[in-house]
Amino acid sequence: MSTETTTMAEVEADGTAPDPAVEQDAPGLLAPEPVAPVGFLVDLPAFSGPLDLLLSLIRDEKVDIYDIPIARIAKQFLLRIRLLQLNDAAEYLELAARLLRIKAQMLLPRHGEAETWEDPRAELVRRLLEYQQMREVVDILERRGDERRSRFARAYLPESGELALAPLALSLGELLTAVDRILRVTKEPTVHTVVARTLDVAGAISMVRSLIATRRNARWGELVARDAEPWQILSMLLALLELAKLGELRLAQPRPFASVEIEHDSTGEVA
Amino acid sequence: MIPLAKLLEAALFASARPIPADELSALAPEASPAEIASALDTLREHYDVDGHGVELAEIGGGWQILTRAEYTEAIERAQLAARPQRLSAAALETLAIIAYRQPIGRTEVEEIRGVAVGSILKSLQERALIDVVGRAEGLGRPLLYGTTSLFLEQFALRHLEELPRADELAIALRPSPQPL
Repeated sequence: MSTETTTMAEVEADGTAPDPAVEQDAPGLLAPEPVAPVGFLVDLPAFSGPLDLLLSLIRDEKVDIYDIPIARIAKQFLLRIRLLQLNDAAEYLELAARLLRIKAQMLLPRHGEAETWEDPRAELVRRLLEYQQMREVVDILERRGDERRSRFARAYLPESGELALAPLALSLGELLTAVDRILRVTKEPTVHTVVARTLDVAGAISMVRSLIATRRNARWGELVARDAEPWQILSMLLALLELAKLGELRLAQPRPFASVEIEHDSTGEVA
Repeated sequence: MIPLAKLLEAALFASARPIPADELSALAPEASPAEIASALDTLREHYDVDGHGVELAEIGGGWQILTRAEYTEAIERAQLAARPQRLSAAALETLAIIAYRQPIGRTEVEEIRGVAVGSILKSLQERALIDVVGRAEGLGRPLLYGTTSLFLEQFALRHLEELPRADELAIALRPSPQPL
């Protein structure tokens, strides 16, 4: 804490110093009168985190990201934290402390061979580049999001709102139509004599188990072949219900008549 | 238009969400996937060539009828529909990281962003843009997050691969995240 106070004092001394070069370096950054920081809050954009602030400093100061003048940047960083009166200051202060530590490490005399010396800034540079790359993705997402937002679907739904399901009102006729539709997609729609068939639920269970052991999710359509016999469809259905009851998987149907999604239920497992 | 294209048009018109190809084929079990695809092409051409106010878009792994962008302002001005709110910069940053590194835990997201993301993850999950996709093997088995189909839908992506690969971005990084 004492280090920070010293540095802040330095900064303010710099800020009030009659050095036009400093002012030119960072327009609008250095308060000529540190008592009136509020005026600066207006034009400064909101930062989404300490790395964002640091990156914008590096841009404003036009310094090379691979060769950051750490003393100058650390000083500016602390100054901005104070000017912006940042709410989640803990995260900003943590980075400030890191900057000061790097600054101290840079001042240590280097012993031995040049190639064994590891730049104390390396980790910071890596993080900054990673962050900047992510910002590039943000730009892409922002563009695509705007593109989509500028076109309406027929019925726009708020993100959180799911379609309320209509109450189930099923007549016998509709039920029979549904059965008919299922039978129509199977290979042999014409049923002649009813022969009692043993269902192979155990077989279907082991098939589903081995599938979800390797994959997190599957769809109904992948488990049952298009030309499956009715007994195979029924075995699979019973197997899925049984496994769902045992808590090994979750079944979901995003919309009525959509393909049933089968998901490996790992959240229920104990560590 | 051929009857199949008309049927698909009616279904797409009725649905508020993009309909995946396999659900479209459930509409017409006799039609082959190739026939469905060509019917969709017919419909798209019909909208584009004849000059309609709507277009057929392939989004989020499915198909959807959308109004054309040039009419958005007028529609909004007349208060017939409103654009969904934009996400905050913090939310977008978090989404970007999850989209590229999924499945990813909270700690790794925080390491990249340099700030706590707990509440943002929660609100992204409430908006159904991300979801828990599993648990990591490590200590405490932390939750792992991934993006959802609604994410693709709201960012007009057909699939995740439509985003540039990490090495295609202007700033190339270490090839893969190093395990901690």
